[in-house]
Amino acid sequence: MSVPAFTGSNVMDVDAAKIRGAGSNVHFDKVSVAYGAHVVLHPLTLDIAPGEILAMIGPSGSGKTTALRAVAGFVRPASGRIRIGATDVTDLPPYERGLGMVVQNYALFPHMRVEDNVAFGLRAQGADKALIGERVKDSLATVGMSGFAKRYPRELSGGQQQRVAIARALAVRPRVLLLDEPLSALDAQIRRNMVEEIAKLHRDLPGLTILYVTHDQTEALTLADKIAIMRDGRVSSHGPTVELYRLPPNRFTAEFLGRANLLPVTVTEGATGPKGFATARLGDALLAGAARGEKPGDKTLLCIRPQHLSLTGDEEHTNRIVGTLKEVHWQGELTHLVLEVDGTPVRVSATRLPVSLPERGSAVPLFFTPGDTSLVPEDVRG
Amino acid sequence: MADAAVLPAPAAKRVPGRFWIVPPAALLALLFFYPLVLIVQQAFMDDSGMANVGEFVRVLHARFFLNALINTITISVTATAGCLIVGLVLGLILAFVPFPGSGVIARLIDTFIALPTFLVTLAFTFLYGSAGMLNAGLTEAFSLQAPPVNFLYSTWGVVLAEVTVYSPFVLRPLLAAFSLVDRGQIEAASVLGARPFRIVRQVILPAAVPALIAGGSLCLLLTVNEFGIVLFIGAKGVITLPLLIYSKAIQESAYQVACIIAVINIALSLGLFGLYRFAAGRLGA
Ligand SMILES: Nc1ncnc2c1ncn2[C@@H]1O[C@H](COP(=O)(O)OP(=O)(O)O)[C@@H](O)[C@H]1O
Ligand SMILES: [Mg+2]
Repeated sequence: MSVPAFTGSNVMDVDAAKIRGAGSNVHFDKVSVAYGAHVVLHPLTLDIAPGEILAMIGPSGSGKTTALRAVAGFVRPASGRIRIGATDVTDLPPYERGLGMVVQNYALFPHMRVEDNVAFGLRAQGADKALIGERVKDSLATVGMSGFAKRYPRELSGGQQQRVAIARALAVRPRVLLLDEPLSALDAQIRRNMVEEIAKLHRDLPGLTILYVTHDQTEALTLADKIAIMRDGRVSSHGPTVELYRLPPNRFTAEFLGRANLLPVTVTEGATGPKGFATARLGDALLAGAARGEKPGDKTLLCIRPQHLSLTGDEEHTNRIVGTLKEVHWQGELTHLVLEVDGTPVRVSATRLPVSLPERGSAVPLFFTPGDTSLVPEDVRG
Repeated sequence: MADAAVLPAPAAKRVPGRFWIVPPAALLALLFFYPLVLIVQQAFMDDSGMANVGEFVRVLHARFFLNALINTITISVTATAGCLIVGLVLGLILAFVPFPGSGVIARLIDTFIALPTFLVTLAFTFLYGSAGMLNAGLTEAFSLQAPPVNFLYSTWGVVLAEVTVYSPFVLRPLLAAFSLVDRGQIEAASVLGARPFRIVRQVILPAAVPALIAGGSLCLLLTVNEFGIVLFIGAKGVITLPLLIYSKAIQESAYQVACIIAVINIALSLGLFGLYRFAAGRLGA
């Protein structure tokens, strides 16, 4: 794989075929950012592989935008280096970094037609006319906006404007695409469609490295190869999406990525057997789940997702706890139950229910498999 | 009677509502339209009270009038161009180059609008006048016979003073327009590879065009009518329309000539004001 050397305006020389196989990695090397005495990014070390979609998620104010803007060149790190491909970009101005960026409010140029918005980057980089025409056409086609080239941004809906913003970023064939809450301004329905379209876009341009900042876990889970969860200016956890969801490394991750029931347990037996399940005690119940090197006597949390709890047992659902039924919310497709187990509320999302629901206040057994269960350490706040 | 306006019944509201046009209209008529009519009347009437367009035509072709007209337009256009350049450069710096205290500077320049125009001219006399600090310093340092810096007593002196006084009138609407420019657009342009100069040209300026037109036409209007600065500098040969009206009316008691020139000056002003309102309307002001 040949990564083209990047010197200012020669991004133009990278043609479409090359970009497919030749994304750049992004490397944060102990990057910290402070506003005065206020440290908003603690030394961050993180690598985004070429062609990877990394979703950076976390609550508002956790430093996601700051990290993204450091890559773009709008925030100067107090320490550390940022590399894109082989280039150390820490000291380069934004216009020499060869990136694409899309933000929440689209930031289209209001006095330019769609086609001129999309051509803007190429013109700025001195591309020749023929190339510009071709790229504008391609980019608009990629986002399904070919019929809107002559419109002004104000003549488009929010979703259409965001497509144009994406086309504008893609037209310069960026080495890395930075997306900061790109769908947050859109309606839920359009947002779902756009998530799918971004996924499709990445299938068409598999070499494109994407840093996707969002506070929406659904977007992250749908799109990302890997997820970095931010908390208070630090990476709380980082890993492949499925792994992070199935085996969250800490309470914060478990609760931020999807819903999770976290029950305090005491480990009775460390990981054993081919599947490496550990055993832990909750009241009278002994429960098995994926381990992280716990030892007998350790106090930890048992994590089980609401949709993995069943009201009926079988030979696979060998974990069993008993709770007191507190609330039932029927929502058509799903029924949400809230129970109390050993003083901890436990949520259940069930698609199928027994013909007769148990009464409120009665004791209800819940079943789940060790494969859906994991032990999660309590957060150590640093 | 004033409380009639807050009554909910439409019938009770309509009659007193009409009445309220009278006081402002009367005041306007007395203070504005009547004098205007008098001036126009004077301009087209000779001493015997007969309508006479001949004098009007004669003045239009007179050397002294044409010179003053050319002077007025030259000074006004040059000063306005200067104001646009100074206002634009200052505005870009104040709005887009982050430096501590930029807000204070912007407010300070704003305060400038409140000051009388001759103040700057007076200060200029102290600084650049023949007995001013600059000339005194240079004469002493190089043992010169005559003051070396003489630009103040020329068209350039007037233009410089007007640029100093009126640049804030461009700066103000520009800063308002700049504050509305989405910083995200500037950043998007920058990421796409645009250098600062291109961003100013293609992203910032298009958003500021109405502000530039509004500020520029206001400057044209104010400089066409400027009297204090021109009089104060008192450059020989630099006669503008307002100065000409003054000298014809007060010094030569040639009232009809003064009124003829005044009518032309008023027409010029109203035209520029129309341009300003048009631009300000586009600006949403
Ligand atoms: N220009 C700034 N000056 C001072 N503090 C800032 C600035 N930008 C962001 N911050 C602070 O940095 C922290 C992280 O902000 P941000 O990166 O925008 O968070 P996120 O995108 O995760 O919501 C917040 O506490 C915010 O108040
Ligand atoms: Mg943010």
